[in-house]
Amino acid sequence: MLHRYLPMTEDDKQQMLKAIGVESIDELFSDIPESVRFKGEYRIKQAKSEPELMKELAALAAQNADLKSYTSFLGAGVYDHYIPVVVDHVISRSEFYTAYTPYQPEISQGELQAIFEFQTMICELTGMDVANSSMYDGGTALAEAALLSAAHTKKKKVLLSKAVHPEYRDVVNTYAKGPGLEVVEIPLQNGVTDLETLKKEMNDDVACVIVQYPNFFGQIEPLKEMEPIAHSGKGMLVVASNPLALGGLTPPGAFGADIVVGDAQPFGIPAQFGGPHCGYFAVKSALMRKIPGRLVGQTTDEEGRRGFVLTLQAREQHIRRDKATSNICSNQALNALAASVAMTALGKQGVKEMALMNIQKAHYAKNAFVERGFTVPFTGPFFNEFVIKVNKPVREVNQRLLEKGIIGGYDLGRDYPELENHMLVAVTELRTKEEIDMLVKELGDCHA
Amino acid sequence: MHKDQPLIFELSKPGRIGYSLPELDVPAVDVAEVIPSDYIRMEAAELPEVSELDIMRHYTALSKRNHGVDSGFYPLGSCTMKYNPKINENVARLAGFAHLHPLQPEETVQGALELMYDLQEHLKEITGMDAVTLQPAAGAHGEWTGLMMIRAYHEANGDFNRTKVIVPDTAHGTNPASATVAGFETVTVKSTEEGLVDLEDLKRVVGPDTAALMLTNPNTLGLFEENILEMAEIVHSAGGKLYYDGANLNAVLSKARPGDMGFDVVHLNLHKTFTGPHGGGGPGSGPVGVKADFIPFLPKPTVEKGENGYYFDYDRPQAIGRVKPFYGNFGINVRAYTYIRSMGPDGLKAVTEYAVLNANYMMRRLAEYYDLPYDRHCKHEFVLSGKRQKKLGVRTLDIAKRLLDFGYHPPTIYFPLIVEECMMIEPTETESKETLDAFIDAMIQIAKEAAETPEIVQEAPHTTVVKRLDETTAARKPILRYQK
Ligand SMILES: Cc1ncc(COP(=O)(O)O)c(C=O)c1O
Repeated sequence: MLHRYLPMTEDDKQQMLKAIGVESIDELFSDIPESVRFKGEYRIKQAKSEPELMKELAALAAQNADLKSYTSFLGAGVYDHYIPVVVDHVISRSEFYTAYTPYQPEISQGELQAIFEFQTMICELTGMDVANSSMYDGGTALAEAALLSAAHTKKKKVLLSKAVHPEYRDVVNTYAKGPGLEVVEIPLQNGVTDLETLKKEMNDDVACVIVQYPNFFGQIEPLKEMEPIAHSGKGMLVVASNPLALGGLTPPGAFGADIVVGDAQPFGIPAQFGGPHCGYFAVKSALMRKIPGRLVGQTTDEEGRRGFVLTLQAREQHIRRDKATSNICSNQALNALAASVAMTALGKQGVKEMALMNIQKAHYAKNAFVERGFTVPFTGPFFNEFVIKVNKPVREVNQRLLEKGIIGGYDLGRDYPELENHMLVAVTELRTKEEIDMLVKELGDCHA
Repeated sequence: MHKDQPLIFELSKPGRIGYSLPELDVPAVDVAEVIPSDYIRMEAAELPEVSELDIMRHYTALSKRNHGVDSGFYPLGSCTMKYNPKINENVARLAGFAHLHPLQPEETVQGALELMYDLQEHLKEITGMDAVTLQPAAGAHGEWTGLMMIRAYHEANGDFNRTKVIVPDTAHGTNPASATVAGFETVTVKSTEEGLVDLEDLKRVVGPDTAALMLTNPNTLGLFEENILEMAEIVHSAGGKLYYDGANLNAVLSKARPGDMGFDVVHLNLHKTFTGPHGGGGPGSGPVGVKADFIPFLPKPTVEKGENGYYFDYDRPQAIGRVKPFYGNFGINVRAYTYIRSMGPDGLKAVTEYAVLNANYMMRRLAEYYDLPYDRHCKHEFVLSGKRQKKLGVRTLDIAKRLLDFGYHPPTIYFPLIVEECMMIEPTETESKETLDAFIDAMIQIAKEAAETPEIVQEAPHTTVVKRLDETTAARKPILRYQK
């Protein structure tokens, strides 16, 4: 058959069969026993030409309400941020996106150096010593942090704040079943982790305390008070952080966190219906040889020239097999590159400016809601998200907003029964004053 | 003489910017009033300060120091480095796919759900399984997800003693590693001289503690495990389950389906067989397909089709839980779907036929010059041994490095572990005969060099931007970040 991805001609085929010494391609499959041979044709859709398929899929995409056509106040772990246009230009270079893991460093210096730069930027933002080359996403990175702390401390108990993203908690709970970890959830108090319960649950059996900073509700957890509690046993402090927030907030490393993880989606990665995003994983240097995933290190070649290689591979599955620190192999390299380009474009000034602008706009919005008579239940400091109470089911309210071209906030009742009719509102630098005012007005009208 | 590319940090100059943020259009609040001082960052993160042109030049320079499929032949065995169609990239960037929030109301994402559902349907048919989840992010993630489901299945039957997972000695490293993360112990089963699982050894290791056998078919030597039904029988009659590592599915599209070979759970690597692109190491996508018995244990949510459209089903009490936030690497799944729809049933069949034709052609032509440890038809890839060259003082690593001088990415080397001085070559179906012939010529020349002028090979590469790098020092005194 003729297909633009398949270059063999009939003549090629005949020559090759001859060189192999067989009559037909079928002969090459003679080792597949008749009893398991698939006969006939897959019952799947017939092929479409490029223009026809493009048209069909564009129409399918157009059925969705996208964040560029609607005004979104939905966050909850995935955000609509400024993506510098250079990002897509860089990651569209096929030398990057059609390569695989840089196993052959001499012809992979571009990827290796870009990842080395990514590792550096993550260390800078988190205040940690070592960062790896990426994980699947923030949730699995957090689960691997729990596994790492359990393996390192040889303890089996994990204290997990209920103010951590519900889906991240679900993932931690799934992973915990493998090695049989006990996960104890620490309840909320005014939208942050309840320190009294944390203290009570804390003992020498605890492998780690897991908190999110800023947490799922946008609240800034008091890491300064949490660190001594977390370290009062022999366990670790694991912090999940939105890296953009760390452009404006004191990094977890400065408070003594042992492991900091999160998702770099706010840097240059579109929402993409939840993935692919880009988990990051950063540790204190003491954990350097236990970190999961690929690490790029600097070295020199035979002539003394600087170069980069995958290093400390004795941790990894292809060397250590069942003794590896993790099973991860393919990671999220291209998205780490996207995040690097975005962090580079924003740079030292821009990351800070963007983080502060998120704080400014979210606070303007919160104040506007308060003025309009909304209850804002949590009173602590927050980053770019906050909670409001509405007097109808959030689902209904969001339905009305959609009609006005607005994607409303997250319905907290889905995960927290005590927060029924509460909405988590995210306000990024992309939301204008006009859009915020409109949200407050529309919700206010709903409210009335 | 190749020039170094400075680190982006070394190109930085205080006062330069590369961004364009909107002006603050709301009344400014004093950050010190809303955030306690301990939590306000005092020292800015040391990120680069460069202009937009600096950025483009830097990354363009880096890209030129990188080899991808579009740069040249990339016969990296086990990785299926086929052409990455460009339409995939365009489709994935449509606003209605790229800019969707995962938590939007279901009625606003019906197009996305339809695509996911239809992709699942296609993968069900291709694998012969009864249900598919798209949640896992890559192959290894799929392996662990599948093993967690097998574990849940046994436990639901009150069977808590199945603590062991059997993997062949040819298995990819992720297989045993995933077994460990899922809480199992790994038992290795040997291969025969013919490169297939040793049935006698399998009978010896299988038992009431067997949770599953993980198998790649064709295996990582590129050979079809023709005793698959007997193996299935041995494992199943002991109460164990069969897990299919789908990394090599490119070899059997339309020829054999894991579901018909007795497998209970399978994962696919959409970034391999279904042109995800590989992205320099990821992101991938590792959907898992299961037989009906395992449906209750699928990670939640599942994507379902109802009377009023598509929806997520969270009400699944026996589910193993969530394995990933949201619903998987949707953007990669969009690309894989686009590819399947570009190929259709005939196209996918041709993919496998040409992948296997190409591999056998290369194998036969190279067999004269390199040791061929398994002399029979291969599937989509084959292994050679550099034993003969090693006697001349030239190692497989040297051969790999010499290939760089010819502009090729070398094959996978030193894997599978059971083959001495192993080279694992996977040409894929998207390469032309001319490309295969040129690579074969290069391999023949290297074999000659190994005999006549071994130092040329031993000292390779000669043309790359850096020469061989000191990996020992890199590991002994790790420098893992830039420091001023
Ligand atoms: C045979 C085999 N199994 C499993 C994997 C793991 O897949 P991934 O890298 O997508 O996690 C690979 C690829 O690297 C492989 O070649």
